[in-house]
Amino acid sequence: MAHYKSHHFTGEAETVIRVRNLEVGFHGVKVLKGIDLEIKHGEVIGFVGASGGGKSVLTRSIIGLLPKWNGTIEVFGQDIDAISERERQAIERRWGVLFQGGALFSSLTVRQNVQFPIRENLKLSKRLRDEIALAKLEMVGLHRDVLDKMPSELSGGMVKRVALARALALDPEILFLDEPTSGLDPISAGDFDELIMALQETLGLTVFMVTHDLDSLYTACDRIIALAEGRIIAEGPIESMLEAEHPWLRAYFHGARAQSRSGASA
Amino acid sequence: MAAEASLLNVKVVGRSLMLTAAGGWVAQRAAELEALVDGVYRQRSAVDRVEINLEHLDRLDTVGAWLIERLRRAAADARLNAEIVGIDPRFKVLLDEVAISNKEPVPLPRHKHALHDALEHIGIAVAEIGKDFTAIMQFLGEVVVATGRVALVPRRLRFTSIVHHLDRVGYRAVPIILLINFLIGAILAQQGIFHFRRFGAETFVVDMVGILVLREVGVLIVSIMLAGRSGSAYTAELGSMKMREEMDALRVMGFDPVEVLILPRLIALTVALPLLTVLGSLSALVGGGLVSWVYGGFPPEVFMDRLREAVTLDTLLVGMVKAPFMAGVIGLIACVEGLRVEGSAESLGEHTTNSVVKSIFIVIVLDGFFAVFFAAVGI
Repeated sequence: MAHYKSHHFTGEAETVIRVRNLEVGFHGVKVLKGIDLEIKHGEVIGFVGASGGGKSVLTRSIIGLLPKWNGTIEVFGQDIDAISERERQAIERRWGVLFQGGALFSSLTVRQNVQFPIRENLKLSKRLRDEIALAKLEMVGLHRDVLDKMPSELSGGMVKRVALARALALDPEILFLDEPTSGLDPISAGDFDELIMALQETLGLTVFMVTHDLDSLYTACDRIIALAEGRIIAEGPIESMLEAEHPWLRAYFHGARAQSRSGASA
Repeated sequence: MAAEASLLNVKVVGRSLMLTAAGGWVAQRAAELEALVDGVYRQRSAVDRVEINLEHLDRLDTVGAWLIERLRRAAADARLNAEIVGIDPRFKVLLDEVAISNKEPVPLPRHKHALHDALEHIGIAVAEIGKDFTAIMQFLGEVVVATGRVALVPRRLRFTSIVHHLDRVGYRAVPIILLINFLIGAILAQQGIFHFRRFGAETFVVDMVGILVLREVGVLIVSIMLAGRSGSAYTAELGSMKMREEMDALRVMGFDPVEVLILPRLIALTVALPLLTVLGSLSALVGGGLVSWVYGGFPPEVFMDRLREAVTLDTLLVGMVKAPFMAGVIGLIACVEGLRVEGSAESLGEHTTNSVVKSIFIVIVLDGFFAVFFAAVGI
C-alpha cells in the first residue's frame, strides 16, 4: 500500500509519462522510429495518424503489452524497466485502459466486470463494492438495469461505457483510451467525449487518447500529437495542427470531413 | 485507535453532532472508514442536526467520497438535518457526482436455494433434450433442402471446399487413425490369446479379432476419433463464424450458409469416415496379426487362413454400412452446436464440449441399435 497514493488534485503539473527515443518493431521491421514525448498531469492528449502509423503500437508499448527495442519509458517518474514486479503492479493499479473492443470479460456479468479490479486490489465490504460499482456505472451514464447482464447482451455503446467504468474502477490517474468513439454513432460519440471531459475534471485524470474522431480532437483534447511513419510529425493544440504543413496533416485537417466539421462549428 | 480517531472525529455540541473528517479518505482505508461511518449513528445522543466538516481532508477518491455521502444519507434517513461544510473546491465535483448516484439500494444478484437450483437445472436439462431433438430435425430438414437444391443444379456444389475439408478430416487423420486402430487390434489379440490359452483355443483369437474389428470396433474407434477431432473443429469454426457475423454476411450476399459452409463439411465427413474405417480396420487386423505371431506364436499364413474362414464379406459390410450414419450424426450435431453459439467465448467453449460429448454418446447408442437390428435380421 505504501507506494499507492491517491494523487488526485495535486495542483502542480508534474510529468506523468515520459518517453525517450522509443523504438519498437516486429519481425525485423521498425514501426516506431524514435518517439520522444512528455505528458503532464491533467492533460488530455489526442494521438492521430494514419492507420498503421504506430498509434496503437505506442499505446501498447507504454502500457507494457509490447516489448521495445530501444529507449526508455517513465511513468510517474519511474523507469518501467528498472522497477520490480511489485512496483510495476502498483503502477498498473494507477492507470486504467479502455481497449478498442471493450475487452470485457465475457464470462462475467457487468457488475462482476466492474468489481473485478476492486475485488482483486482492495479490501472492501460486499455492500461497499456493490455501491462503488453502481456509482461508477452511473457516472458513465448507465442505468442500474445493466448490472446483472452479460457483456454479450449489451449494445456496442454500452460495452464501451461498461469498459470505461471498469477502467475507472480503481480511480486511476491516467486513462488510456484506444479509439473510444469508434463504432459509436456521432451523438453517442459526442456524449462519450463529454463524459470523458467531465470525468477528467471530476477525477483529475490524465487522458491518453488514440482517436480518428475529429470531433473528439476538437472538443476534448488539450494537445494533439500526430504520428506518421513511426515518428511524431507534429505536436500542439488543434490550432497549430490546422496550420501544419505536413501533407498528411493537411489532408486530414483540411479534407472534406474536416471542412464539414469546421463549417458546422463556424 | 489513534489512526481511526484522526480519520473521523465525533463530538456532540449542544444539539448538534459534529463530525470532522480528516486525513486521507481513500479506498485503501475503506474497511476502517466504513466501520467508522456505520458506527457513528449507533451511539446517538439526543441531537437534531449533523454537521460534516471536511476542512481537514487531504485526500479523497470515489470510495471516500461515497462514504461521506453515505454518512450524509444516513443522517437524512434518521430525519436529522445534515449539512456538509468546509468542502475543498477540488473535492466538490467528486462529491457532487456521488451525491447523485446510488439513489436506491443496489439490487442484489438473484440467489436461489440450492435445492431449487438443482431441480431447476434438471428441468432445464430435460427441456433441453427436447429442444435438441427438434433443432437437429429442423437442421436435417434444412440440409435436405440444400442438398436437393444442389442436386438440381450440380454447379452449386462447392467442390473445392469439399476437397479442402476432405484433406483436413480425412487425409490428415490417417496417421492417428492407423496408429490407434493398430494398438486396439494388438491389445484385443493379446488379451484374447492370454485368456483363450487356458482352453487351448488360441486360434479362435483370429475369429474374435476379425469379427470384432470389422463389425464393431473399427467403425466405433474411427467415429469417436472423428467426433473428437473433426466434430469439435466444425463446431468451433462455425461458432466463431457465427459470433463474427460471417454467417449473416453470407446470407445478405445471397448465399445460404447451409449450402456454402455446412454441406461441404458434411459431405467431406460422410466420405472420409467410411474410408478411414476401412484403413483403420485393416490396421487393427495388422496389429492383431502381429501380436498373434509374436506373442501367440502362429505365423501370418495361419492367421490369414483362419481369418478367411472366420470372416465373410457380410462381416465387413455390417461395419461399413454403419459408417455413413455415424458420419451423419457427428456432422449434424457438430453443425447444430456450432450454429447455436452466441456472443461470448464461454458459449463457444460450452457448445464445442457439447458437440463432442453428444456425438460420442449418439454414436454409441446408434451402434447399439444397429447391433439389435442386425441380430434381428440374423446377420
